[in-house]
Amino acid sequence: MPVFSFNDALLVAVLLFATGLTGVLVRRNLLFMLMSLDIMLNAAALVFVAAGARWHDASGQVMFLMILALAATETAVGLAIILRLHARGRPSLDADTGNLLRG
Amino acid sequence: MSDLLSISALCCHDGAAMHILAILSASITVVGAIMVITRSIAVHAVLYLVVTLLSLASVLSLLGAPFAAALDVIIYAGAIMVLFVFVIMMLNLGQPDSDREKEWLRPRAWFGPAVLAAVLCGELFFGLRDMPDAGPISMITPRDVGLMLFGPYVMMVELVSFLLLAGLVTAFHIGRYRMEDR
Amino acid sequence: MPEFLLPLIVLSPFSAAIILFLSAGRMPARYVGLLATGSVGLSAIISVILAVLLLSAPSAEPIRVTLWEWMHTPVFSAHIAFELDPLSLVMILVVTVIGFLIHLYAVDYMRGDPGIARFFGSMTLFIAAMLVLVLSSDLLCLFIGWEGVGLCSYLLIGFWYTNPANTAAARKAFYITRIGDAAMLCGLLLLAATVGTLQIDTLTEAVTAGQITPTAVTGTALFLLVGALAKSAQIPFQTWLPDAMAGPTPTSALIHAATMVTAGVYLIARLHILFTAATVAMTVMAVIGTLTLLMAACSALVQADLKRILAWSTISQLGYMFLALGTGVWQAALFHLMTHAFFKALLFLTAGAIIERVHHEQNIFRMGGLLRTMPGIAGSFLAGASALAGLPLITAGFYSKELILSSVWHANFPISSRFSLSGHVLWAIAVVGAFLTSLYIFRCFFIVFFGPLKKDASGHTPLLMAIPLACISFLSVFGGVVEIPDTLAPVHLFTQMLNPSGFFTHTEDPAWLLYAGAAAPLVGLSVAWLLWGRTSSVIQEIPGQTIIIRLTESGWGFDILYDFVLVRPFRFLNWLGRHDILDRMSSGAASATRRTNAFLVRFRTGILSYVSERTIVMTREGNVLLARMQNGRVRWYAAWIVTGLCVALASAVLS
Repeated sequence: MPVFSFNDALLVAVLLFATGLTGVLVRRNLLFMLMSLDIMLNAAALVFVAAGARWHDASGQVMFLMILALAATETAVGLAIILRLHARGRPSLDADTGNLLRG
Repeated sequence: MSDLLSISALCCHDGAAMHILAILSASITVVGAIMVITRSIAVHAVLYLVVTLLSLASVLSLLGAPFAAALDVIIYAGAIMVLFVFVIMMLNLGQPDSDREKEWLRPRAWFGPAVLAAVLCGELFFGLRDMPDAGPISMITPRDVGLMLFGPYVMMVELVSFLLLAGLVTAFHIGRYRMEDR
Repeated sequence: MPEFLLPLIVLSPFSAAIILFLSAGRMPARYVGLLATGSVGLSAIISVILAVLLLSAPSAEPIRVTLWEWMHTPVFSAHIAFELDPLSLVMILVVTVIGFLIHLYAVDYMRGDPGIARFFGSMTLFIAAMLVLVLSSDLLCLFIGWEGVGLCSYLLIGFWYTNPANTAAARKAFYITRIGDAAMLCGLLLLAATVGTLQIDTLTEAVTAGQITPTAVTGTALFLLVGALAKSAQIPFQTWLPDAMAGPTPTSALIHAATMVTAGVYLIARLHILFTAATVAMTVMAVIGTLTLLMAACSALVQADLKRILAWSTISQLGYMFLALGTGVWQAALFHLMTHAFFKALLFLTAGAIIERVHHEQNIFRMGGLLRTMPGIAGSFLAGASALAGLPLITAGFYSKELILSSVWHANFPISSRFSLSGHVLWAIAVVGAFLTSLYIFRCFFIVFFGPLKKDASGHTPLLMAIPLACISFLSVFGGVVEIPDTLAPVHLFTQMLNPSGFFTHTEDPAWLLYAGAAAPLVGLSVAWLLWGRTSSVIQEIPGQTIIIRLTESGWGFDILYDFVLVRPFRFLNWLGRHDILDRMSSGAASATRRTNAFLVRFRTGILSYVSERTIVMTREGNVLLARMQNGRVRWYAAWIVTGLCVALASAVLS
């Protein structure tokens, strides 16, 4: 039985998103950045599901599934990159050392 | 949070337990997320992330989306987190790593991001403050989702399968052990 | 009963392929060959049974099986469905019978190779994909087979992957056919968007009823034509086929004879109603076919590598088929496809036997006098060569080529509303092509089998390799009697089977047309005999050869063309990406501010002293700020994104 209201769900989603965002900005370790990204993705997914429940449309949960697939892909590729960096002798996984984009 | 509290105060007779459950799961979600981003040991963070995802799953099921909740538990908290645990195991992190994490997490580093996130949060709350409450939320069964998924969204499913395939190939290609790296 | 057999014909090689791949080399080599050959043999038996059932049935109804619905949306649906009509019957007979003989040959040829399970797995998968291609009654289902064939050709051409040249050849084949596949996909999507289905029956009905606009028909036909040209290695996509020789010889035989390159011809024959409605596509097809047959014949004339000669001859023969398709006589194209499958498989398998006997020597100038050491092989090569040349009356190639030539003579190819290309011109080129065909293949025959012995041949051809050779020799000599021109004897079994309602008859053909077609190969044979066969003082070079050799070695300049048109732009984009133009601009701005800075310093003493000082400070600060923004740290970039988001949200919320 649904007891949450749409606004409550949005509230939770906003808080989660802000937390994940802080994590991405604060952490220098790539592993933690990936986890924070996952939190942000979950917040976005929560909004979709809540909107689907609000307007009684299954599209919201379809979008949830898509986000799930996206998150799985993103995590797999990200973790592969982490492993690769680690294997090449970058034990710290510091995101700030990968700064070839510097102007 | 205050909204939730007011709701719980209003409905104390019927389904009060459900409301308490709702507040509990919502707060565990947020607190767990905060714990994830503040830990200095990777495994702890992953465990908190699992907690967050599990409570998020209960939030989803309370939103009337049992299918999404089940998937969240199975795929996210199950499969993806296992992936994280594997990678952490392979990285072989130790005391020096957590020390470095602690050093990176000086209070000064928190200032800018926290301000940004707070501003964003405030803006979103401000924008959502007078959204009319839209009455009861309805349940969406897995059947509805399935009909939608393989009806109008079938092309999307194909595209996602392409995405997953591309991810698979990429992960395989990047993660492959190469002699010349050593 | 027949409905039950139809999926089985695909399933048999497919399941064999799966077993072979899953066994991952743990299976003993003997069983590997047995399983693969047996599965393809089973398919061949089933297709013969189906042929008997289909042809003995009183009504000409095709056998249809719908296996399942693949996808379904309100506006579009696709099925996995098979359909057996005379057209696909010819194809499955060619694919399975020739495929079976090639497998039988390969059992012995590949004996002892460590990757034999992989080899046979790819081969059977190749057969299965080709069968899906020719049997499916839905274009999307056909596309599965189309892609499967491309994949298997890649796997097989690069079979000996330790040599980088082989993998390069495999990649080349894959990329070039991919260009065509992209075009073909465009054509399919266009069709799906205009008609709403890719069911071939519905499509042909829609075309004949005129439900599709002429523009759409022409566009689709051109797109599909590009796909077919790439698959069948016609100009301008011909470069991949000669390089595809890198694979094992049975693979080459399979690619050239039964599968892969015939797919393009089949596609156009299958959709001939669509193509007939698009006259532009037909003209393009005929002209490209003619050019290809001439160009490939010239290339084949100067090659020294035995397998390359055969590869160019395949391109040339496919040119004949495209000429026939462009003329609208798809029956003739299919007939030539069938006889070509016979003699090309024979030639390749014979070439493989020769090459194995002379210690993997492929240069024909280092062979010679092999007639005495291997008379049986020489006999079968002669059978294949004369069928390829189309020596009159006694070979299969003569009848099919004659059918094409006689129909081209009457055709007319409209180029625009006022101009049209007469069929006589194309006919003349095709006859010249026939002469060249005979010339180059007998050049090869005389050089390899006559003259002094240059290289010792060892061993003898095993029985398992000799049996398929004998079978295909028989087919390539006598396979053509199912269709004989009216001038000689009115036999039209083949065309009547394909099109029971009656076929074009050329009773008004002048007899000299037939004689001209028959004379061309004979002239070629005699010239070849004069030049290369007569004495030991062989003229090995023909005048101007060096230039042509250089041209053909560079793929008639097409490789360079591809380099310019396709590779260079990609490289340029890469270069742009690597050197980061935006970054250059920003650092350019920074250095500009610095210069302004210095410039203003000079005028500092002037009246503008105060103003310039301010400006200096501002530009310097700006420079510092800009440099700060570009520090290359991802986290900072993320922070900037969030700041932008905050500002945008604020402006949205507060306004």
